[in-house]
Amino acid sequence: MPISIKDLPKEKYVLPGDTACPGCPENMGLRFVGMALGGKVILVIPAGCTSIIQGLAPGSGLNFPILNVPFASSDAVAAGLSAAKKILGEDAVVVAWAGDGGTADIGFATLSGSAERNDNIIHICVDNEAYMNTGIQRSSQTPLGAWTTTTVGGKKERKKDLPLIMLMHRIPYVATASVAYPIDFIEKLRKASTIRGFKYIHLHSPCPVGWRFDPMYTVTVAKLAVETGMWILFESEDSKVSISPSSRPYLDKSKRKPVKEYLSMQGRFRNVTDEVLKEIERQVDENWSTLLKLAA
Amino acid sequence: MVLKTLTGNYAVATAVKLARVKVVATYPITPQTTIVEKLAEMVETGELDAEMIRVESEYSAMAAVYGAASGGVRAFTATSSHGLLYMHEMLWWVAGSRMPLVMAVVTRSIGPPWNIWTDHSDIMGQRDAGWLITFSENSQETLDETLKLFRITEDERVYLPGIVTLDAFIMSHTSEPVDIPDQSLVDAFLPPRKQPYVFKAGDPIVMGNMPRDLKWNMMVREDMCRAMERAKRVIEEADELWGKLTGRKHGGLTDCYRCEDAKHFIVGMGAWTGDMRDAVDHLRDRFGLKVGLIKVRYFRPFPSEDLIKWLNNAMSVVVFDRSVSPGAEGPLYIETVSSLASSGVRSPVKNVLAGLAGVDLAPADISNVMLASVEEVEELGAFKQRVTWFYGGE
Ligand SMILES: Cc1ncc(C[n+]2csc(CCOP(=O)(O)OP(=O)(O)O)c2C)c(N)n1
Ligand code: SF4
Repeated sequence: MPISIKDLPKEKYVLPGDTACPGCPENMGLRFVGMALGGKVILVIPAGCTSIIQGLAPGSGLNFPILNVPFASSDAVAAGLSAAKKILGEDAVVVAWAGDGGTADIGFATLSGSAERNDNIIHICVDNEAYMNTGIQRSSQTPLGAWTTTTVGGKKERKKDLPLIMLMHRIPYVATASVAYPIDFIEKLRKASTIRGFKYIHLHSPCPVGWRFDPMYTVTVAKLAVETGMWILFESEDSKVSISPSSRPYLDKSKRKPVKEYLSMQGRFRNVTDEVLKEIERQVDENWSTLLKLAA
Repeated sequence: MVLKTLTGNYAVATAVKLARVKVVATYPITPQTTIVEKLAEMVETGELDAEMIRVESEYSAMAAVYGAASGGVRAFTATSSHGLLYMHEMLWWVAGSRMPLVMAVVTRSIGPPWNIWTDHSDIMGQRDAGWLITFSENSQETLDETLKLFRITEDERVYLPGIVTLDAFIMSHTSEPVDIPDQSLVDAFLPPRKQPYVFKAGDPIVMGNMPRDLKWNMMVREDMCRAMERAKRVIEEADELWGKLTGRKHGGLTDCYRCEDAKHFIVGMGAWTGDMRDAVDHLRDRFGLKVGLIKVRYFRPFPSEDLIKWLNNAMSVVVFDRSVSPGAEGPLYIETVSSLASSGVRSPVKNVLAGLAGVDLAPADISNVMLASVEEVEELGAFKQRVTWFYGGE
């Protein structure tokens, strides 16, 4: 069912008083979570930028119930909370909202365990491709060639393909999303909330501070990631993969914008050599072909 | 009431069932494993109406029961040794959240080298997290204390999580007759769960975001200390009430055995306090020595007042520790000495480090240590050495 902006609830879930940087993608993502699921959500949030974005106690800049938890623990806490709500017969969508570090690195065993058990939660990985909260250190989600404070010469390794790893857990729902495509993200969230079991959504979230671009361009950068084919929007229900409408045009390689356009907007790729650029382009093609095999 | 032969681990599982726990999340580790297995079986057969979350680590076990408790239901986990250390970060989080929760810890030594036998290194490493910590002497006490902990931790004067410990194998795997209270009695003893807050959809409370003023953060710790102080009374009350309902009182924070006219004291906690009772009897009956035993039942909150009261005029005190803080002494000794010093009690106190890594200590060993100690103090008026390592059988 197509959603239009004007049908979305007007209730605010991200309030004045939050302490995000200008142009913060995490804040945008949270706003969309509110629009999609509203008052049904209980958020479980591990260490990361969103720990800070909430603002200072006893106030809160976010209008959700929020249980803040240690860095590696979010899915297990969410699983317990979800079990309690089931036992008490209460309606709730328990969402673990974690950064790429809290998801793909330190929280990975917890994530994988919870997915394998098919706990009834939604995990959203808000992926800004580094540990931003501690000052821009590399993570397994940092792409090849990107500068961070722990990869000053550019990262030597490629980004670990977490959505596909989650797909191979054979959980009922896996999707990628982007802060530049709110309707797509909201539709995916709503669908996920109707499915029992473990749902994984990986939200691409360009961070102006860590990626070194002007905060007014968060959406532009996020869009370019999709238009260059660097980030592919797809979803998978019961292991049936389909490319989402916003990414479908880029099945055709000739429709994709040059990767260089995406990289050149971001200071973190300033020192990328032609050789690394070529490798990144090759990886884009490879990622598409892997995904298309799964979608076939 | 039914008398049944149970291991310590099954006593724990039975208590969990009687407490009508709703969520269990555990990860296996020797010698806690039979608790996990028993609970899994109870859930499978419907004997226990609960959700079992079969987690992939102890860290997640603690995280999951924390989530469940925050969602408003009684939750339980159990672990031991390396598993407990793996939980460490979560333990602080649960206590700081003031979330009532009960855990059983089968105390076991820490590697290297690998070792599955009992000592108290694992639990002593958690003493500052903010959990109530109780030590039991036999399976009956384990069962009773597990049930009591649900009541105590859910009392609004406390609202802190609690750990019941039982020594590896000596208790976890040894069968003893245990009086199992009727469900109706337990229901009367345990009111429906109370907790400071419950996470619900539509109610935007926030737990754990940064405070505007750092003093509030510090006040959280201060308030936990106050809650521990208040817990002392709550523990006594629970023991009184349990005594009324079952005829069994174990003592509040401490249990003093043949202390009334004692001049020399043994201080200990855990399974070997049973052996210490035998040693006291032996020393009194055979040698006419006025020896008493102070069994420390609760290490957190620490029973300073009880120790000061009993040891005020002691001629000598020997504190047995089953773990050590390298660079200092055994934790029970450190805290005993600190309590006594704080109120000007100047009795000589010695620390015997024994039973680490499961090295056996027989009642005769305890008697021998005490005979030598008493002789030393009577001769010199003090101990030559504050701390000694004792390997038994000497
Ligand atoms: C066990 C533990 N190790 C390290 C930290 C420090 N730490 C806090 S947030 C963070 C990085 C968070 O990165 P990510 O999950 O990607 O989220 P982001 O800040 O980018 O939103 C780190 C390393 C911590 N809080 N806990
Ligand atoms: S560092 Fe990036 S992700 Fe973190 S608050 Fe600032 S803009 Fe948001």
